[in-house]
Amino acid sequence: MSATADAALARSTLTYRASRNMKERGIELLLLAAASISVLATVGIMVVLISESLSFFKDVPVWRFLTDTQWTPLFENPQFGIFVLLSGTLTSSLVALLIAIPLGTVIAVYLSEFAGFRTREMAKPILELLGGVPTVVYGFFAMLVITPLLQKIMPNLPGYNLLSAGLAMGLMIIPYVSSLAEDAMRAVPMHMREGSYAMGATKLQTAWRVVMPGAASGIGAAYILAISRAVGETMIVAVAGGMQPNLTVNPMQEGLTVTSYIVQVAKGDLEHGSVGYQSIFAAGLALMLVTLLFNLLGAWLRRKFRETY
Amino acid sequence: MDAQRSLALRQMIVRHKRWDVIFAAMGLVAIMLGLLTLITLFGGLIYDGYAPMVSPEQDFFSNFPSGRASRAGVLAALVGSAAVMVVTLLVAVPLGIAAGLYLEEYAGKNWFTSLIEVNVSNLASVPSIIFGILGLAVFVQKFALGNSILSAGMTLALLILPVIIVTTREAVRSIPVGIREASYGVGATKWQTVSRHVLPYSMPGILTGVIIGMARAIGETAPLVVVGAVAFITFLPHSPIQPDFPWISFEWLKDPYTVMPMQMFDWVSRPQEDFHALAAGAGLVLIVMTLLMNGLAIYLRYRLRKSIKW
Repeated sequence: MSATADAALARSTLTYRASRNMKERGIELLLLAAASISVLATVGIMVVLISESLSFFKDVPVWRFLTDTQWTPLFENPQFGIFVLLSGTLTSSLVALLIAIPLGTVIAVYLSEFAGFRTREMAKPILELLGGVPTVVYGFFAMLVITPLLQKIMPNLPGYNLLSAGLAMGLMIIPYVSSLAEDAMRAVPMHMREGSYAMGATKLQTAWRVVMPGAASGIGAAYILAISRAVGETMIVAVAGGMQPNLTVNPMQEGLTVTSYIVQVAKGDLEHGSVGYQSIFAAGLALMLVTLLFNLLGAWLRRKFRETY
Repeated sequence: MDAQRSLALRQMIVRHKRWDVIFAAMGLVAIMLGLLTLITLFGGLIYDGYAPMVSPEQDFFSNFPSGRASRAGVLAALVGSAAVMVVTLLVAVPLGIAAGLYLEEYAGKNWFTSLIEVNVSNLASVPSIIFGILGLAVFVQKFALGNSILSAGMTLALLILPVIIVTTREAVRSIPVGIREASYGVGATKWQTVSRHVLPYSMPGILTGVIIGMARAIGETAPLVVVGAVAFITFLPHSPIQPDFPWISFEWLKDPYTVMPMQMFDWVSRPQEDFHALAAGAGLVLIVMTLLMNGLAIYLRYRLRKSIKW
């Protein structure tokens, strides 16, 4: 081959490489852009919540927002006391957690320490289906199945109440607790159990004193996720919890939660820029802050109780 | 003395073993309770919702919503759900896979990539109604897309993005390094390696994530109430196919819509009992759709774990 042909080949290889590198670089940038969308979404959420809330707080002083004991956004003289909504949210969440955490934990311990391989492989996916049912269906279930059942025991229970909404929510959350806690417990190394058995401990003693402390950070994370789910859950409380704002922690009453208020207002015709429109964002901001608080708590718990083997 | 001690010891062992049995029984009861809930849920929906679904005068699947319960159907909601899902799928899947690939294959360890990582896990725990608020302010108002199928689809896409990103990463991570090294060894570039080897092998895992995400999106109500799904729609969106040039129309993206869970929410909120039966029917359709999708995802995951041995 002649020298000029060699040089031409080398040149064309070079330009080929250059264009190939450019393409590679372009693709990488494209993928990076896609990954940045998630950051953009978070920034978007914060910007939207804060900027709209700021215009809301121009009309309603923050101090009134935090101390008022009434939530009457549509009255002649509207009052916005966020604790009315937060009390509804916390009441229904508490009922849900009183169901989901004990049951979920017992299921997790049973599946991880007691059940055989086949039981576990069968039970786990079936329970996970509980978490896959659309929440509006749970709302229907709470209103038309759980409430009538409860009314047989408690005749004074109103048709809409936070108790049955919370119960349905608890059933929905069980798999979040059981699956995550079980994963955490199974990650505890076998030799720790064997050590415990060698000392003569029973299965339950091993589970309670060795496996659960060993998996504490994972179990804690599961609980925190359950709390987040309960606080942010919307359709169950919107259908079965009632629409009456009440400053109370009595679950046997109708109550409005932060999320069900947002649904209530959004269902009507929202006028952009009205106080009603802006109140959604203020309520959303309150909800975000509560979930953020629990997430931070979760991160702190995980750091504090992380076990290394 | 010794005999007495060994007797006491034996009694203690029996007592502790009894607790084991009691706890195992508790565990089984708790699992049964979960199972019972599923069965009651299903049974209740079938019991209440079966009649309107099969009644020939009702035409449940081919009628529009109506003020008269005996004439109402879910056609608008079925078409609306399908249209919104198409948009969600087209937005969320490419974005999610691209983001997952970037984080797993390209990203170095720096503050920006760890910011993205923290972000993705945080986004997953944001209540879904907050995504509705975001959609309302950004898509409906700022971009002036209105209460349209497009805004709804994009809102749901943002909601399920973390699910797809996380499963993509897991699927990609499980591909052994040897595969990549072999590809580099014959002179392939990074993208050639990723697109021709890593991505095809991780497709089943990614598909599982996509199905789980879509199953979640199809049942979501709260964000769509906020971005303006209307319960009472008596017409269908524009057809995507036209008789004239250019044959494909995107007019439907701007149409108002309703979706299955929204339709159910509307019916269950009405005081008349006739509508509750309709709600049960809609719920049955909804639950069958989501459980089928979830079941498919669980099956895929199970098959995957069994069949692939690198």
